[in-house]
Amino acid sequence: MKATIGLLAALALLAPGQVRAHGDDDPRLGKVMLDQLEWREGTGSGDGALVWEGDAWLGHDLHKLWLKTEGERVEGVTEDAEVQLLYSRALAPFWDIQVGWRGDLQPTPNRNWLALGVRGLAPYWFDTDLALFADADGRTALRLKAEYELLFTQRLILSPDIEINLHGQDDRATATGSGLSDVELGLRLRYEIRREFAPYIGVVGWRKFGNSADFARRQGERSDDLELVAGVRLWF
Amino acid sequence: MNPLLPDNGIRLSRRRFVTGLAAGGAALAAGRLLAAPAEAVSTPELTGERFALRIGYQRVNFTGVERLATTINGSLPGPVLHWREGDRLRLRVTNQLAEDTSLHWHGIVLPAAMDGVPGMSFHGIKPGESFDYAFEVRQSGTYWYHSHSGFQEQTGHYGALVIHPRAPDPFACERDHVVMLSDWSDEDPAQVHAKLKKLSHYYNFGERTVGDLWCDIQAKGVAQTWRERAMWNRMRMSDSDISDVSGYTYTYLMNGQPPAVGWTGLFRPGERVRLRFINAAAMTYFDVRIPGLKMRVIAADGQPVEPVTVDDFRIGVAETYDVIVEPAGDTAYALFAQAIDRSGYALGTLTPDLGLKAALPTMDPRPVLSHADMGMGGGEHPGHAGAGAADAAADGGMDHSSMDHSTTNNATLDHAAMGHGAPAMGSGAAGYGSSTPVRHGATEYGPQVDARAEPSGYRLDDPGVGLRDHQSRYGRRVLTYADLRHRYGTPDPREPEREIQLHLTGNMARYMWSLDGIRFADAEPLLLRLGERLRITLVNDTMMHHPIHLHGMWSDLETGDGARIPRKHTVSVPPGARVSYLVTADAPGNWAYHCHLLYHMAGMMREVRVAAGDA
Repeated sequence: MKATIGLLAALALLAPGQVRAHGDDDPRLGKVMLDQLEWREGTGSGDGALVWEGDAWLGHDLHKLWLKTEGERVEGVTEDAEVQLLYSRALAPFWDIQVGWRGDLQPTPNRNWLALGVRGLAPYWFDTDLALFADADGRTALRLKAEYELLFTQRLILSPDIEINLHGQDDRATATGSGLSDVELGLRLRYEIRREFAPYIGVVGWRKFGNSADFARRQGERSDDLELVAGVRLWF
Repeated sequence: MNPLLPDNGIRLSRRRFVTGLAAGGAALAAGRLLAAPAEAVSTPELTGERFALRIGYQRVNFTGVERLATTINGSLPGPVLHWREGDRLRLRVTNQLAEDTSLHWHGIVLPAAMDGVPGMSFHGIKPGESFDYAFEVRQSGTYWYHSHSGFQEQTGHYGALVIHPRAPDPFACERDHVVMLSDWSDEDPAQVHAKLKKLSHYYNFGERTVGDLWCDIQAKGVAQTWRERAMWNRMRMSDSDISDVSGYTYTYLMNGQPPAVGWTGLFRPGERVRLRFINAAAMTYFDVRIPGLKMRVIAADGQPVEPVTVDDFRIGVAETYDVIVEPAGDTAYALFAQAIDRSGYALGTLTPDLGLKAALPTMDPRPVLSHADMGMGGGEHPGHAGAGAADAAADGGMDHSSMDHSTTNNATLDHAAMGHGAPAMGSGAAGYGSSTPVRHGATEYGPQVDARAEPSGYRLDDPGVGLRDHQSRYGRRVLTYADLRHRYGTPDPREPEREIQLHLTGNMARYMWSLDGIRFADAEPLLLRLGERLRITLVNDTMMHHPIHLHGMWSDLETGDGARIPRKHTVSVPPGARVSYLVTADAPGNWAYHCHLLYHMAGMMREVRVAAGDA
């Protein structure tokens, strides 16, 4: 009940003019976070890959501009690259609603999506990002990301994470199958030399399902792998 | 002692080097030995009716790194100002900074235009300009002064006030020392604030680990551990969130000296020593003790209280306590002020001889918040007798009274206000607290507020997180608000005509702070009718302490005795707790009313307007 009231009150606060964001208690700030910048070595294939995932925001307590990016380079060639530019507004104490554009720059052909998501902290401390995507040609996609942190010490932190992608339709040009497309599980152990700088090692397992797996196999690529990773997490 | 540094374009009035490192400290100590063996006071002291204070920059070194501090007359803390009750003062404050500044006389009753809050009492002091404060001193005791502009207070802009009474001081001691506690950071305060906004637990290096979890499971089993932690985890609150800013960045100072040096207070054998503790920290609560000495508390926030003898006391940001100790003539004593999160301490020595050293006390275990600190009082079961259930359970994170045992918590929560006065008076009467239930307004719901507490009563006799087992474990008596009684009787015995309930609210993860869910920039002023007597009840909906300071008027704290209501200027509200006090609105004008934690202040503030006519 309280959650409902909270939600309604939060929606009311979204009305223009209710939330002013000037003054010393709410300065304009920016943050750049490179959550993963890592080298991946697959157990099945010979090629290593450079993988990144990060975001940045600029704005005030309750509304911000967000940039998200992730991608992968193999042997000097960018095989996957995605950028999102989003307007982010606080919806509830732990949740922001995010609306904007997602561009898949690689693989080609490019796909441009309208993005609508919620990100925040779920009960029991799960960092969560759930987003729905739709493009002009009627394609749809759903992505869920969640991350957790386990502290061995104040600086040695084990972080399991999961990413699940679903698609509404087959997209043969990008080798994407409908339904459950892929799932990736990661486990990274980082050491925070400073809060802002933490090298890590870990293991990542991923698997494609259904048509996505078939497309991959037909192109002579793997449909699953287990990879060792090493990288750094940094922000400022 | 005078390393001149290249001019960086800022007008530096003086470039004396305030040294905090051991080497410099040793030199200072040696100097003291040679110069004046009977005096080891480092802070300058000024006396009289006319004062000239210059606010300027000063090179300092507390940690091995050189930094620029904001200082008053070139010292950190600023000079101790000795005033005399009844004197008419003139204080010229000159701004030698590159930005606006101000000086607020904390806890002093004076005309609104002299209160020194930019935007409320005056327009601030522009660079290169002066402001003349003029007012009559109508009180005595221990107070302090500090900047009310930006984050200047964090960088050294504070000093002590000692007001000597007109009548002979009943507590006059042969020896009298100011003990000013503060927190210093080499970081730019705006950076500290920005970091908290980006990662609110940035400075918390006491979070619960897998090892703690394993210990809990071994001690209590999986089911019990799960029950204890489930609510915190569901609420996304951290029971280790004791201080927003910790010893990771702070060096804790006593009279401007870091622990590596330590401040030294001298006494002669046989002397009684009055110590005037002032918490001038930006963000840090301290738990103070002097191993080997009982402390007789004689004043709180400058105002006389019935003496109470304790071993420990917690001092909130901006509070002051005067204590008298009677040291043995041949012993050195450690003045030990550990930060509430045990991430560091301020240290001094009380000694009859500079050659004597006191043993360094050990810090107490790092506290963990209990469900009682979450304000999980419930409310359906008032009046249960028996204190201490949650106290005992709460310590060391061993709180077994989770939400399914809320009656257990009620026992502690309800009992406080009634525990010491005349229970027959009941709540609602002046001195006994409010009988109005806790209500959460619509403005408390939204992304800016992450929790709402449901305290069903007062817990003024709760020593507080981290101190609850000091009596049972060490036999150390801890001062609580329930101990505070006005020495000379309630100054204004009127019953309150009305009550304002204000909620201290915030969102820790977003690092937003507000009152009733509304930040200062969006809030209407609070209107008080000149001459009225009203009750303010503060409900702390958050997980941390907030020291709430009302300018211009006293906060008469309701501690359970209508005949002896003590006066304070800053009232600390523990996490999830409720506190009530009475205010006589006898000071016309516009006044600031706010949380005194520096990084909460801008949001958690109201303007209070006192005017004749209908409020």
